[in-house]
Amino acid sequence: MQAYYLTIVLAPLAAAIITGLFGKWIGRAGAHWLTNLAVGLSCVLSIAVFKHLFFDGGTAENINIYTWAVTDGLRMEVGFLVDRLTALMMVVVTFVSLMVHIYTIGYMHDDSGYQRFFSYISLFTFSMLMLVMANNFLQLFFGWEAVGLVSYLLIGFWFKRESAIFANLKAFLVNRVGDFGFILGIAGIVMISGSLDYATVFASAESIAAQNIEVIPGSPWNAMTVICILLFIGAMGKSAQAPLHVWLPDSMEGPTPISALIHAATMVTAGIFMVARMSPLFEFSTTALAVVIVIGAITAFFMGLIGIVQNDIKRIIAYSTLSQLGYMTVALGASAYSAAMFHLMTHAFFKALLFLAAGSVIIALHHEQDIRKMGGLRKYMPITYWTALVGSLALIGFPGSSGFFSKDLLIEAIRESHWHSEPWVYWIAYPSVLLGVFVTALYTFRLFFLVFHGEERMDAETRSHLHESPWVVTVPLILLAIPSAVIGWFTVNDVLFDNYFGDSIVVRSSHDVLAYMGESFHGSLALVSHSVQTPVFWLTAAGAFTAWFLYLKRPDIPAAIKDKFSGLYTLLDRKYFMDDLYIKGFAAGGRAVGSFLWQKGDQLLIDGMLVNGTANTIGRLAGIMRQLQTGYIYTYAFTMIVGLTMLLSWLIWFR
Amino acid sequence: MIGLQHYLTISAMLFVLSIAGIVINRRNLIFMLMCIELMLLAVNFNFIAFSRYLGDDTGQVFVFFILTVAAAEAAIGLAILVVLFRNRRSINVQELNTLKG
Amino acid sequence: MDLSPYLLSALIWLPIVGGGLLLALGDGGDVHSARAGMMRVTAFWLTMLTFALSVVLYMAFDNAAASMQFVERISWVAALDAYYYLGVDGISAPLILLTTFITPLIVISAWDTIKVRPAQYFAAFLFLEGLMIGVFCALDGLLFYAFWEAMLVPMFLIIGIWGGEHRVYATLKFFLYTFLGSVMMLVAFIYLYGETGSFDLFGFMNAPLTLTTQKMIFIAFLLAFAVKVPMWPVHTWLPDAHVEAPTGGSVILAAIMLKMGGYGFLRLSLPIVPDGSDYFSGMMIALSLIAIVYIGFVALMQTDMKKLIAYASIAHMGFATLGIFLVWRISAGMGAGLGMTGAMVQMVSHGLISGAMFLCVGVLYDRMHSRNIADYGGVANTMPIFAAFMVLFSMANAGLPGTSGFVGEFMVILASFKASFWYAFLAASTLILGAAYTLWMVKRVIYGEVANDNVASLEDLNIREFIVLGVLAVAVLLLGLWPAPLVDMMNASIEQLIQQIGQSKL
Repeated sequence: MQAYYLTIVLAPLAAAIITGLFGKWIGRAGAHWLTNLAVGLSCVLSIAVFKHLFFDGGTAENINIYTWAVTDGLRMEVGFLVDRLTALMMVVVTFVSLMVHIYTIGYMHDDSGYQRFFSYISLFTFSMLMLVMANNFLQLFFGWEAVGLVSYLLIGFWFKRESAIFANLKAFLVNRVGDFGFILGIAGIVMISGSLDYATVFASAESIAAQNIEVIPGSPWNAMTVICILLFIGAMGKSAQAPLHVWLPDSMEGPTPISALIHAATMVTAGIFMVARMSPLFEFSTTALAVVIVIGAITAFFMGLIGIVQNDIKRIIAYSTLSQLGYMTVALGASAYSAAMFHLMTHAFFKALLFLAAGSVIIALHHEQDIRKMGGLRKYMPITYWTALVGSLALIGFPGSSGFFSKDLLIEAIRESHWHSEPWVYWIAYPSVLLGVFVTALYTFRLFFLVFHGEERMDAETRSHLHESPWVVTVPLILLAIPSAVIGWFTVNDVLFDNYFGDSIVVRSSHDVLAYMGESFHGSLALVSHSVQTPVFWLTAAGAFTAWFLYLKRPDIPAAIKDKFSGLYTLLDRKYFMDDLYIKGFAAGGRAVGSFLWQKGDQLLIDGMLVNGTANTIGRLAGIMRQLQTGYIYTYAFTMIVGLTMLLSWLIWFR
Repeated sequence: MIGLQHYLTISAMLFVLSIAGIVINRRNLIFMLMCIELMLLAVNFNFIAFSRYLGDDTGQVFVFFILTVAAAEAAIGLAILVVLFRNRRSINVQELNTLKG
Repeated sequence: MDLSPYLLSALIWLPIVGGGLLLALGDGGDVHSARAGMMRVTAFWLTMLTFALSVVLYMAFDNAAASMQFVERISWVAALDAYYYLGVDGISAPLILLTTFITPLIVISAWDTIKVRPAQYFAAFLFLEGLMIGVFCALDGLLFYAFWEAMLVPMFLIIGIWGGEHRVYATLKFFLYTFLGSVMMLVAFIYLYGETGSFDLFGFMNAPLTLTTQKMIFIAFLLAFAVKVPMWPVHTWLPDAHVEAPTGGSVILAAIMLKMGGYGFLRLSLPIVPDGSDYFSGMMIALSLIAIVYIGFVALMQTDMKKLIAYASIAHMGFATLGIFLVWRISAGMGAGLGMTGAMVQMVSHGLISGAMFLCVGVLYDRMHSRNIADYGGVANTMPIFAAFMVLFSMANAGLPGTSGFVGEFMVILASFKASFWYAFLAASTLILGAAYTLWMVKRVIYGEVANDNVASLEDLNIREFIVLGVLAVAVLLLGLWPAPLVDMMNASIEQLIQQIGQSKL
């Protein structure tokens, strides 16, 4: 299988390099054919690997490709660990990537940076595959940063826009804050276990958990807790968990295909994947899990709320992504790793679908993104309409859709987690995810109704040009709509309850909520038919109904609410003032510190007082001394005589 | 009887006078050259007095040397002075402070 | 006949004699004359030949041997028992390779951008190359000192003659700073000579010294090396020197001269005064961490690109000194070697990256005669190929995995975690700060709308600049993706060094 793995990884890389360096020679068609074929090949082979592992009962493989470096007894390798967890991610990544590649042909049709764009997204596919297929922390970190780099390049793809280059710098720096924690976590692991290799580290998890780190001198903390929290800070950066979420909404400055690929389906889920991959470590630290669950719950609920007041179509979906990532994180914290991974998979499909549908709307409206200038698009864009409906239903968890299975069971798992969570953690987590369901339905259908239903608010010029997008755009929509609708039905049992992940996810039996839930699971059909009895269903329905009532039936009410609760509205509209905190607080503070150190430290203290100060002191001293040099001969003569006399007297009396 | 100390006293007086001439005189460079000559004369006086006192003629030989050197020095000094006057149109000591730091 | 004992001499004297040849050849007083052209070609092939010799060195180098290789020992000053004593090990060989690799690139980059006295300019670089290789090879204190000081002269001339507006201030600052330090080193050498009766570095290493003496000698060495590295707070000459130096001067200064400091710590301070180094290691680590954090903030606020990169260099060299002195804070197990290897890799990688960054600024400066960030904006619109290189090197400067900038930082951060959580915490802050100052500059220079007419009329890289940056890009990526060849070269020597300094002299 090694040849398969290498091809999967290297095909997109080769395509990216050729397209990037020789884009001018191979032309536009050459660029999209080459990258599409390469990613298509990766996708097919990934499915083959998946089939090999899942249907043919193949075993997980852990192989090293080459030795990066060896020093001081630390082997740093580059290699692949391909188990069922990896295989799932590989299929999701390559499939969504392929869809986005095809879609891009249509979306970026008129852009002058066509080849550059294809080069970037192929490079992204390579980086993401390196991340998920890594068998050691070094390569994980490589992939981690490489996807960050491509994300940086793609958010700033339209580098002439001030907002885009602001957003990409912001994204990179906020991610770097996460990576800061991440690399410390990796350092902790390597220094305690002496290895970068997953297998070795996981095997020594118990001994890591038995050690302490004195972060604050005098108070030893459990090493595993410290390490896991540090690793999770990395996940918070990449998976945009509060308070490191601020970069994701801004990242919507990038072209829509990459919002779908990177900022919804794949890269932002890397943090979730990473925590699931590290489950053998996280399981040893209840404290770390509690941190995970609380951060996830806060993100899931509060980011969803912001989504209700946004007006930019992509930003609403971005906040939705934040909220859904919060859901996954909560599940991780509740030790329901499989539920998180399952939601990751379904979310990748339906959120990519929603973004691509949004992109389809955006091109139809000539790059208009404000939903207040949309409406009634249903009759102009039927395919986009129906696929978006599928995506929206999956997002809110309509019974039977893929989102239903993943989210319903995820919430169920949180509900059951009370027997291993601290009560206060539980009472933050469960209400958040439950109320989040209502919020999700509300913002999703607000978006849906305002875009596709109701009066047509665009100007006449735009309306006259409205038409359905070309096939390269609609085909990926349809291909993504299919799994969004049905994949949950077929896979829920296998992924969640039938030990799909096997050894790749480790859950302590005292934490294993999913196993407990599995005892009362009786197939997809039963789950769907029982769904009406759950609060989740009614909250969803209430959310969708509220959206219908407020935005279609009585559009005057939202404005009234906005006036009435202007404080709350401002709070949400300004995103809890988090951006202000970062920009006016940390960024400006950092610059102020920089100025202070430079001007007061370097220029005033070191250069002014020490370096030039020494020179000046010598100069001043010389200035005094030279007063003795009058230039008059008689002074010199007098001094000579005085000196001579003194010398003589010394000779006579003191010798 | 005029003894050694009388000679030495005169010599010392001459010497101090010449020093005073160099230090106090601030107007004329020729004065200064003359004072230097005077200083050498004071030294010569000492040489001769001691030579007579000790009965050793070497001291008197030295006087000739010093007189020769003094003559040469005076010649050079005056030559410099002439050049200086040509350049500066003045031999005023107080104006000659190019060496001031 | 085995020529290997003469290889190092050839490496040292070929460029120096070649430099003399260039001076004799001259440029005919006219930059465009055939004579000047011939001179340039000669300079280029001389540096290439030196590089070829260093490749021979690399090929013949035995990775497994920890001891000195290619040793050459001839009596030099018999009265002082000083020898012309050369040799390389895993610590000096990579730095020699770096030197010979960078110099041809400088020659190419200066091809037609130096309009004044080109023959002397190229000759200065050739002299400098030979002298720097000499420093890395010398195993005799007096010889080391001779090369060390001689090196200042061409550098002094390069900044002083071909420098910018305030070059006189910068050269004087540079010279006085470094000279003050190195004179102290000479004092230490003379003391050690008095103790051992020769200038042999290995004699120095074996000399028994009391703790007080060791402390004094350490401080003397510290002054010499800390200025060169440069460590906070004796770093302020570097930004001035870089800003005023011509592009080639900045490159050689950042790429190789700064490495002299780190090399000095490894070759002299640690083995000669292990207990003194131990005693001061806490201070050294603190200074390194200050360099990383403090300088990172300072770099953020620079308005001059060269100054920004200069400050970034100081922060990056902080990793080198941190990695070196961590060895005293790691009691047992893995970590000490990792830190020291990281320091070495960081030095080599920083040589490539900062050199490339200065060359990038040079490319812009040649066109617009401004180093001011505010004068630029939207360069990517008119110079897309250049922008690609600049972004790549900036990412490397920010320590992105896959580029060489990551390797050293990663190893040092790992090792510092072993020593203390807070060391690692402060060291890792470079992830944020490094990205902030580098990418903020990229944002203001490369991205955005075309800022003004000058930017609009910029022309993209010519073939000569493309080759220089391309070669460096390949090297940066290669070392980032596969640092093993470099790391393997050092492992044995570093292991031996750690073992050696582990034995107290008291």
